[in-house]
Amino acid sequence: MAEMTRLGEIVARYTGRGRDALLPVLWEVQREAGFVDAETALSVSRTLHVPIADIYGVIGFYSLFSDEPEGETVIHVCTDPSCGLAGVDSVLDGLCAQLGVRPGETTADGRYTIKRSTCLGLCEHAPAALVCRRGEGEHSHAPVTDSETLLNGSRPARAAVVGGDWHVFFPGVEPNHTESLAQYGDYAALRHALLALTPEQVSAEVEAAGLVGRGGAGFPTGMKWRFTRGAGGQPHYAVCNADESEPGTFKDRVLMEHRPHLLLEGLLLCAYAIQARYAFVFIRGEYPEAAAIMETAIREAQSAGLLGERIMGTDFSCSVEIRRGGGAYICGEETALFEAIEGKRGFPRIKPPYPTTHGLFDRPTSINNVETLCAVPAIISNGAGWFRQWGTEKSTGTKLVSVSGHVRRPGVYEISFGLTLRELLEGHCAGFVGEPQAVLTGGAAGTFLRADEIDVPLTFEGLQAAGTTLGSGAVMVFNTEVDLRDVLRRLGHFFAHESCGKCFPCQLGTRRQMEILDRLAQPLPGDAERLRDIGLTMSEASLCGLGQTAAAAVLSALRKWPALFAAGS
Amino acid sequence: MSDASEMITLTIDGQQVAVAAGTTILEAARSVGIDVPVICYHEATTANGLCRVCVVDADGGRLLQPACIVPCRAGMVVETRNERVERSRRTILEMLNSAVNLAEAPAIQALLDDYGAQPDRFPAAEKRDHALIDDNPFYVRDYSQCVLCWRCVQVCAEDAQYTYALTLDHRGFETHVSTAFGVPMLDSSCVFCGQCVSVCPTGALKPKIEFGLEQGWTLEQIWENTRFLKKNRRKSG
Repeated sequence: MAEMTRLGEIVARYTGRGRDALLPVLWEVQREAGFVDAETALSVSRTLHVPIADIYGVIGFYSLFSDEPEGETVIHVCTDPSCGLAGVDSVLDGLCAQLGVRPGETTADGRYTIKRSTCLGLCEHAPAALVCRRGEGEHSHAPVTDSETLLNGSRPARAAVVGGDWHVFFPGVEPNHTESLAQYGDYAALRHALLALTPEQVSAEVEAAGLVGRGGAGFPTGMKWRFTRGAGGQPHYAVCNADESEPGTFKDRVLMEHRPHLLLEGLLLCAYAIQARYAFVFIRGEYPEAAAIMETAIREAQSAGLLGERIMGTDFSCSVEIRRGGGAYICGEETALFEAIEGKRGFPRIKPPYPTTHGLFDRPTSINNVETLCAVPAIISNGAGWFRQWGTEKSTGTKLVSVSGHVRRPGVYEISFGLTLRELLEGHCAGFVGEPQAVLTGGAAGTFLRADEIDVPLTFEGLQAAGTTLGSGAVMVFNTEVDLRDVLRRLGHFFAHESCGKCFPCQLGTRRQMEILDRLAQPLPGDAERLRDIGLTMSEASLCGLGQTAAAAVLSALRKWPALFAAGS
Repeated sequence: MSDASEMITLTIDGQQVAVAAGTTILEAARSVGIDVPVICYHEATTANGLCRVCVVDADGGRLLQPACIVPCRAGMVVETRNERVERSRRTILEMLNSAVNLAEAPAIQALLDDYGAQPDRFPAAEKRDHALIDDNPFYVRDYSQCVLCWRCVQVCAEDAQYTYALTLDHRGFETHVSTAFGVPMLDSSCVFCGQCVSVCPTGALKPKIEFGLEQGWTLEQIWENTRFLKKNRRKSG
């Protein structure tokens, strides 16, 4: 009963709130009780005025929520490619053997539940786990070296590996260090914008700099802001997409953990440019440390008068709120992310209409990736020309890439666009571990390059010409010891787990694709043809970018290594 | 926004077609007698572009376009059945058939024939198996026959009844229609309006009387099992 009272208190604090408070209250209940029971769901239903069936549907959609009791400690172990290379299978086997459970099961004493997880965004420290302790909260654990430290709740220190040319994103970053407001400074770019520039001038400068979205889609940022500002309907919203979940991508986590104020200043510049009164940072649920750091940064900025009412004494007011995802890769899709903030299942919407006119709460919205926003303060302070001194005409400035797998120094690197993939891997990353076989760029949704194809320049246009994509800047390296069929199998499981289920091609195709990839060691006659039909159907007929790219890596492997798919190979 | 009364012209399968701005490709094609297949689409429910069986090739774009929701554009050149379209429709139908029991979905069976879909295209494929749910006097639910068109969930909510008895649980291939916490229908907010049954395109939702007749029930059994008898009322109240 005492527990019910605590849960009652949690729900009562949400009195007067609407459906958009659903994920926040479910997070609190989940953390406190380890699951969301029907009685508490009913009181949430009454408090937020949301049908209980909808609440149940939301709990069922997100991986980090449960509707039934689980262990006191739930350990989510990543089994995606980078952790696979780091030997996570034997770690998971050892953990399960020690506890006498299989993945997905709870120990008889109710203390532990072990689950397989999709990418946790800690690839440079692989293998990785997320530990959720009932009544306490979540923390990430990487690298996982032994079962004991994982089970006793200790948190190994992980020093960030950042390198490259520190022009825009990482000047002054030290490993294991979160920049405080005092160290960052008092938002000089925002001050300059508020005191000397119109909103139009801010977006014009960003447009002139040639900055394009760094989440993968590459849409011109300044243009997006111009469209949003000009759209009818109030209020406008500025949203930061920090749902970084593309396997092999971890740059946004590193930015948030090290330079939270850079992100906040960039977000406020966006809010000013589009005249938004409200801003949100939507952080994936698997990033508890980044979320805590961002919360602290918001409090610091608030007490310094850098966000909230009448910022720096001007007429511009903007609040910033953190929202945590519930464990769903699809919420990195911008419209699915809006649905999640609105307290719904994270289904992508049909576009058009686009977010610039019909975004969060159906209002004009600019949604930008963490890295995109982090590039803005320096552009406003130093000008478009300064930013353009790096890169090419079509790919301006610098870019963060997340490198994992078989290189000597995996990590986040800031590179000037135009550096070749070979220069990145042999130079910045200190070379390969073993003999390189393949490189996967763009994450699970990306495509493979053979080891003899890595002289390609890292630019949007250069990679496009090579038939691949820069995507979110993920680079996964596989040496000749790796059976690429194992990598494909992991990618297959990733997409089958993360398909939202809305449109038939992806809902069915990701499962059928996974089944075939699971049997690649002994394929059935016709499997290559099946994969091709599934892949082309998903690519051409799916509703959103997830389904449209869920077969990209498989289709590229079919072209480059047909022998992998041949029966009897 | 275009004026709704404005007429635009486009080409569908080589035919010039004039329609009011805002008309969907599906409506435009039907207006000149071109049949575009659909599964999830229903005139009475909000079109969500789920099944993608209605995809067509518009201007040779990289993506095929769902005809049920995409409005016509002036000058658009639409091919409703070329090689790309056929491959997508056939593959979707083959995958659907590999996952769902379509025995009581004659319209989808006809599409499988029309598109040359091989019934066993995906060997060793997991089916979505669910036990029949017989928990109320009015209808039975067999979700192994559910194609996830969402129509039942939609008419239960804002598309018609505002009852909100139904939701979707889980996600991806595992998605299925459910009441809150999976409670029996009599314990849910269901008002037994029957609209979900009327829009179900397969045998997933079936009136209890029809189910009883198929089972060979006697008149007494039908009477016993399809009425809100006192014992049922007591149980639910």
